[in-house]
Amino acid sequence: MSGLPQTADYVRILPELVLSIFGIVVMLLEPLFDERRSQRTLGSIALIGSLVAIMASVFQAQNPGFAFWNMVRVDGFSVFFHVLVTTIAAVVILTSYEYMSVQRIRAGEYYGLILFGTVGMCLMSSAVELVLIFIALEISSISTYILAGFRRREAASSEASLKYFLLGSFATAFFLYGVALMFGATGSTNIDKISPALEQSTVPPLAYLAVALMFVGLGFKVASAPFHIWTPDVYEGAPAPIVGFMSTAPKAAAFAVLLRILFEANAPGRFWLIWFSAVLSMCLGNLGALVQTNVKRLLAYSSIAHAGYLLVAFAAAPEVGVSAAMFYTAAYAAMNVGAFAVISHFANAGEKYVTLDDYAGLGRRSPVLAATLTIFLLSLIGIPATGGFFAKFYVFSAALKADLVGLTIIGVINSAVAAYYYLRIIVVMYMRESREEIPVRGIPLGLGTALVVSLAATIYLGVLPGRVLDYALASANQLMQTPASAAAATVNPGR
Amino acid sequence: MVPLSYYLVLSGILFACGVTGFLIKRNIITIFMSIELMLNGVNLSFVAFAARWHALRGQVFVFFVMVVAAAEAAVGLAIIIAVYRTRETLNVDQMNLLKL
Repeated sequence: MSGLPQTADYVRILPELVLSIFGIVVMLLEPLFDERRSQRTLGSIALIGSLVAIMASVFQAQNPGFAFWNMVRVDGFSVFFHVLVTTIAAVVILTSYEYMSVQRIRAGEYYGLILFGTVGMCLMSSAVELVLIFIALEISSISTYILAGFRRREAASSEASLKYFLLGSFATAFFLYGVALMFGATGSTNIDKISPALEQSTVPPLAYLAVALMFVGLGFKVASAPFHIWTPDVYEGAPAPIVGFMSTAPKAAAFAVLLRILFEANAPGRFWLIWFSAVLSMCLGNLGALVQTNVKRLLAYSSIAHAGYLLVAFAAAPEVGVSAAMFYTAAYAAMNVGAFAVISHFANAGEKYVTLDDYAGLGRRSPVLAATLTIFLLSLIGIPATGGFFAKFYVFSAALKADLVGLTIIGVINSAVAAYYYLRIIVVMYMRESREEIPVRGIPLGLGTALVVSLAATIYLGVLPGRVLDYALASANQLMQTPASAAAATVNPGR
Repeated sequence: MVPLSYYLVLSGILFACGVTGFLIKRNIITIFMSIELMLNGVNLSFVAFAARWHALRGQVFVFFVMVVAAAEAAVGLAIIIAVYRTRETLNVDQMNLLKL
């Protein structure tokens, strides 16, 4: 544990470095530009940054291994989440151009914060040391706390930010307590060293409590029940593109951490924890969504339900379950970012038009947008030929393979219930006349590109899921094999 | 020498005090302070475990927790000011714009 970091170490955090540098550049340039014209320039810089980061993650894939004294582990699993999270960031930046000018928010920090948040999420997926996981979690959370309150003049937005912040730090404290107890139980904070300590025949009882507490903290971040209370309020108040961002990217990253902690570290007592949380999330999310009239709120409840489906995959057998979960995060990201891109375009100044009634007659007023939103909603239901179908299919087949018949039945019934409220939006768009004249704008280039990308991803995952799934399966296998060096490590390596 | 369990019980009590404060207090600043109390409870158990395992790792972790808590405080206070500007109150019971 001595000496300076090598070049290989830096290559293994290359995407994070790229994103940080571009984020800093955005922050430095922000005061130099004229306020009215800075948006587009700074946004473009941020966009380039995230595209370079995607390339860096792909490049990084050729250099798997550990970095910074076993703090970071680059493997297929981490590369998958790197690419996913940075792509989400790029699409959200594209969506934001128009939204920011319509809402008259003039602040370049917005793009900087998206990049910094993405740094945290990338680190979360590659960190194998609980210290680093904690810091990465906070980097991503603190950025999203601020982003949630970006419509500063709206009371609802700052309230959303406050609720997110208070409950978020509350949950972080639980996560941290879990880390402390895990350190106490095993004598290490490195996942690869915790894992052999927990494989012994007598697992220290403290470890069970530690896993439960860490699950509370991460369950909050992924909005799974019973830690979901904040979700509808925050999603309703936060700016629409940011909701698209925080319902997918931090969630994907938190699921990555959860996968690492639960499976790579062999957390004890995880099964029932996941089982109950999955059932609760699916039921509460879908029942809550049934009565909503605000579209953002409705999708917030739907995102709770989707966290539940994802947790079903966690309850299933390791390899198949992990790969199903990875596929699900990707498919969910594609459709949800797309849906929120449409919503943010349609919301108009001050986010005036976000209720279900405002969507009446959208099919006539703006056929292209209505058709796009319909595809995303059908994918969220899980109709074949969309990404959502295969995502659900793999999750439930993984659950069946692990003989979780009860959980599968609950999940399938829930997806049937969910179809009702998604279809309701589609019915309102096409079958009902609008009561008031809502202005329709053309689709600008940035938003158009964002929609095309998410649409293409949704359809691609629905028609040709093989490649992504194979990749996910390969990296899940890799994740399960802890290196021999870690297995040889003793229980008390500490120093 | 004070046994390990004393420290752990104290840290548990501090954490529980923080949780209770978070749940029953109505002023945002007080709620925020309760969160800090929870973090400090955690810090105490980190230090205690570090002594138990003779591992510096635990003590280093405490520094990181402090730094992150400071960053969180900076952002949190900014958010609280933003809320106060639009609402002119710091009572969480009146944060009820967003409800079912």
